[in-house]
Amino acid sequence: MSSAPPAGAAGYLLEVDGLVAGYAQPVVGPVSFRVGRGEVVGLWGANGTGKSTLINAIGHGARVFAGSIRQAPGLGVTYQEQVPVRLDGMPLTGRELLRYARADRQAPPASLAPLLGRRLDRLSGGQFQLLCVWSALATGADLVLLDEPTNNLDPPSEHLLQEILAAEQGLRAVLVVSHERDFLHACCSQVVEIA
Amino acid sequence: MGIELFVDPLFRLPLLAGLLVALVLPLVGALLRLQDEWLAALGFAHLAAASALAGLALQVPAVLGGPIGAAAGAAVKAVWGARGNTAYGFMILGGWAVTLLIANNTALGSAMGHALVDGQLYFAGTVHMAAAATLGALAAFALPWLMPRLVHARFFPRHEQANRLPAWRRRLGFDLLVALGMAVGTGTLGLMGAFALVFVPPWIAFRFAPSLRSTLILSAGLGAGTYLIAFLAALQLDQPFGPLLVAVLLLAGALAATARRCRP
Repeated sequence: MSSAPPAGAAGYLLEVDGLVAGYAQPVVGPVSFRVGRGEVVGLWGANGTGKSTLINAIGHGARVFAGSIRQAPGLGVTYQEQVPVRLDGMPLTGRELLRYARADRQAPPASLAPLLGRRLDRLSGGQFQLLCVWSALATGADLVLLDEPTNNLDPPSEHLLQEILAAEQGLRAVLVVSHERDFLHACCSQVVEIA
Repeated sequence: MGIELFVDPLFRLPLLAGLLVALVLPLVGALLRLQDEWLAALGFAHLAAASALAGLALQVPAVLGGPIGAAAGAAVKAVWGARGNTAYGFMILGGWAVTLLIANNTALGSAMGHALVDGQLYFAGTVHMAAAATLGALAAFALPWLMPRLVHARFFPRHEQANRLPAWRRRLGFDLLVALGMAVGTGTLGLMGAFALVFVPPWIAFRFAPSLRSTLILSAGLGAGTYLIAFLAALQLDQPFGPLLVAVLLLAGALAATARRCRP
C-alpha cells in the first residue's frame, strides 16, 4: 500500500455517485461526492443520518441499494471505526499498536510520544482514540477512512487532531465522518452535508 | 528423589515432550485471550479427546486420532464461517458426549477416556515426543506469520474487508494451530491440564506484563515453570499429573491475584 495507485478515469481516488446504502433496508442517500489525491473531505450530518453506514459501504461493509462507489485500481484503504476495539485487559503498548498497524510512514507527533510506552488499557479514552487515529493516518494507505475521530477527545486533543488532519491536505486522501461541523470546516478541504 | 528425576532416562522423554507442550500452549493461549476466544481451547480439547477415542475404535493410534479430529473441527468451522464462543460451545458439548459414550461402551475406550482426562504424561513415548516436536516446529514456523496478522485484525477488524483481502488463511491457520496444540496437549498432559496451560499463564501475564512481547515471554515462562513443578511434585507425591498441574496453575493464579490486590 505504500505506492499510490493510478488515479481513476477522472483523476479521483474515490467517486461516490448517487449512493443509497444500508443493511436490511436503505439508511442513507442518495449521496454523491469525490475524493482526489491529497484531499481531506468531511462528511457532516446530525446523529442518525447514516454517516457511518455511508463510510461502511465504502469499506464494503454495508449494502449498496443504488448508485455506485468507484475506487482507483489497487487503492489501499485504512478504516478507523467509530469505536476502536478496546478490551479490559490489553497488554499492548502504544508503540506495539503502531508497529502492528504498520504505522511507520512518519514519526508520531510529540504529544503522542509519552503514550507510546504505556499499555493501551491504561490510557484514557481520548488518548487511546488519538493513538488509534494516528495509527490509521501513519500507514501507507492511499485513502484513510475516519469515522467520528473526535469521539472521547478533550478540546486540546481535538485541536491536535485538527492540526494533524490539516497537515494531511495535499499529501493523502482522507474521508472524515463527523457530527461536528466546526471541526470538519477547520481541517477539511471540502465538507459534504448528509441530509 | 529430587532434582535427579529431571535427568532420569526413564522420565526424559515425558519430561521433554511435556515441556515443549507447556511452552507452546501458553503462547497460543495469549493469542486466544487477545481475541477473547480462549474457550476455543476447551472446544478443540474435547474434539481431540472424542476423536482420539473414536480413532482407537477404528485401530487408529490416539496420538493420530486426536489431531485429525481437532483439525477436522477447525476445517468445518472455517467452511461454515462459524466464529466465536458459540462454535466452541457446540464443540465442547459434542466432544464431551462422544467421549463419554465411547468410553462407556468399549473397554479400551474406558481406560483411554480416563487417561485423557487425568493426563498420562509419564507414559509418553517417542510418538508423543514426535507429536510435541512437530507442534513446537509448527508453532515456531507459523506464529511469526500469524501473530502480526492476528493482532492487526483484532484492532482493525474492517481492514481486510475494506481492502477485499482474504481473511480465511489467517483464521484457518490459527484454528489449525490451536487444534493441533490442544490435541497434542490433551494426549500428553490430559484435557484439563492442557486447557489450564492455555488459560492460566496468559491470564496472569495479561495483568502484569508491560507489553505484548513481555506477555508472551511471561506466559511461556509461567507455563514451563508450573509444568516443571507439577512434574516433580506428581512423582514425589505419587499423584496423577493432570490434576496436580491444574492445582499448581491455580495456585499460581491465586498468588498473582493476591499480589495484584496488594499492589499500591
